Amino acid sequence: MSLVFAGVCSHAPGITGRAHLADPAIKDEFHAQFHRFGEALRATKPDAVIVVAAEHFANFFMNNMPAYAIGMADHYEGPIEDPQWLGIQKTRVPGNAALSQRLIREVMQTVDVAYAEEWKFDHGIMVPLNFLTPKYDTSIIPVNINCQGPPLTPLHRAWAFGEALRRACDQAPERIALVGTGGISHWPCTPDSGKVNEAWDRDFLDRWCRNDRAAMLDYTDEATYREAGQGGFEIRTFISVAAAARGRGEVLHFKPIPIFAVSCTAATMSIE
Amino acid sequence: MSLYGMQKFLFALNREPEVQRRYREDREPLLAGYDLDDEERLAIRDGDIGKLYVLGCNGQLLMHFAPLLGMPWAEYIAAMREGVEKYGPVRAGIYAMTTRGDEKVAGV
Repeated sequence: MSLVFAGVCSHAPGITGRAHLADPAIKDEFHAQFHRFGEALRATKPDAVIVVAAEHFANFFMNNMPAYAIGMADHYEGPIEDPQWLGIQKTRVPGNAALSQRLIREVMQTVDVAYAEEWKFDHGIMVPLNFLTPKYDTSIIPVNINCQGPPLTPLHRAWAFGEALRRACDQAPERIALVGTGGISHWPCTPDSGKVNEAWDRDFLDRWCRNDRAAMLDYTDEATYREAGQGGFEIRTFISVAAAARGRGEVLHFKPIPIFAVSCTAATMSIE
Repeated sequence: MSLYGMQKFLFALNREPEVQRRYREDREPLLAGYDLDDEERLAIRDGDIGKLYVLGCNGQLLMHFAPLLGMPWAEYIAAMREGVEKYGPVRAGIYAMTTRGDEKVAGV
């Protein structure tokens, strides 16, 4: 088999942790669409879900920072954050070490990826899982693209990484879902938290939905930092999903919700 | 200064329950094990979020220090603003403040 589902979504910790501080109607609408996104994923009956997240120093630090990493364990744990702060209880999440190893071997044909037999999930994965596989009954393959500690991998390499993931999935008999999390523009965990560049976000999402490779790769980190904040570096996860899925995107939800610190986004992409 | 050392301490604190225990019970000897100058060590010892922010700590590390100190979200955001007001602009890193001190983007 191969990919049976592809999509992208926000992962900001406020989505669950500060849900009580948001306008209930706005929060409910976003959560409903996020759940719908999860239902669409589960309807494809995946054997495993690859979550390409931009993690935030839960596992990787500047003493030895991989540009790309894939988990290779039969189980993981999360969230690393205070459960009350994140609004998600600590739990054990199933993995699939054998599938991870096959995927990693194939990805390595073109992209030098680190592997990790231990992985503590942070909000980058746990917030999406809260909506995607809330019963934690599906194997998760965690993937990280370093979007936190510069120097960061170039965007064209994020694209190549997505292509490598697709090639690896094509060779696996399992049904695999692929979800990229993060972005889009935001200035998280600073006094600016809540600031987004909605026009920038809409423009990027348009490029993503059209799967316009050249347009998606046409950003410099300097311009992204200036116009989309340090959170904007996480477009790498969206780009890798577009490269893997090769299809067209459909936005289920897009709305800036300042107390959640991002334009809250959920979008699927057809697989071609 | 050693932004790296400060951030490495916060990385360990966020990940390791034993480091969290020692921060509560055995703080000074714990901090002596990290490459910190006096300003940094005092900021961590005192839980001075505003100073750590100005010194350039990555927000993704700093954000988790706040709940450990018992600070709700709004207090964490306010502490960073107060830090900039008191100590001046963020000196390093990629998490500089770009809004005004009185600009509450998310209402907090």
